[in-house]
Amino acid sequence: MSAGAGCAVLGILAVAGDASKAVAKLLTFYLPTGPLSGVSSLAILVWLVTWFILAKRWRAKTVALAKINATAFLLLALGILLTFPPFADFLQGK
Amino acid sequence: MEITLRALITLIHGMLFGAFFLMAVYGLVVELRHSAFVEQPAKLTPQGYARERLYLIGVAAMGWAAVLTGAYLIYPWYRAVPPAGVTDLALYPRFLLKSSATTAGWHDLGMEWKEHIAWIAPIAMTMVAYVITKYRQSMREHPQIRTAVLAFALVALGAAGVAGFFGAMLNKYAPINGGSTIHLKGKSQ
Repeated sequence: MSAGAGCAVLGILAVAGDASKAVAKLLTFYLPTGPLSGVSSLAILVWLVTWFILAKRWRAKTVALAKINATAFLLLALGILLTFPPFADFLQGK
Repeated sequence: MEITLRALITLIHGMLFGAFFLMAVYGLVVELRHSAFVEQPAKLTPQGYARERLYLIGVAAMGWAAVLTGAYLIYPWYRAVPPAGVTDLALYPRFLLKSSATTAGWHDLGMEWKEHIAWIAPIAMTMVAYVITKYRQSMREHPQIRTAVLAFALVALGAAGVAGFFGAMLNKYAPINGGSTIHLKGKSQ
């Protein structure tokens, strides 16, 4: 689930950085790499933090695997779709 | 026979880290698919499980090495801005590609896609490595877990494949070069 969340955040931030110069500037953690440095760092952060939180919450619980799988796959698919430039351009009306 | 330092680092990024990751994940996908049809699950010795864990960690590590060298070493060289008045764009690959309508697509589609989708590969592969290592028994008892692991491994393979293909094509049309020259064989120029 957390891997799916991280991938979705990657896609969302990638589109946001491409759509807005202000967001791109905010995402520029390391100037030579540009907004990619912030996009990837934040996606990894969300992935790891979500993993930590869910691991603690679900440690001694029985979870609905089918639902979790479906949600994880949806988030993953969203991330993959949003990183595809023609789709990202379509969303931005380019 | 010579190679520049930047070209060598690009080679290591693509042909060592990236190519090894692709081959290793492909092998893992085949093994995961195969495991759904075994009558008797394989039981390894403790040493066997330790080696398997090492292999999985190694594969994930290769993926991370590929994206980190790509984003923080090679990508800055790729997107470097040429100083005013420079007409030879050989050392400025992004600008070289964008300077012609016949090559601009390699950047607009190739690099724009590769730079983001590549990160999905090590994230997915780390999840796969962790679940296989920690929840081996659960994977046998709950097919949905094996399905999720296989799906993420396939995504890791696909994402790395996209990144690898476009990386090779980008380096073909706008090679990363520069830095000191490393002399490998024969007479130096």
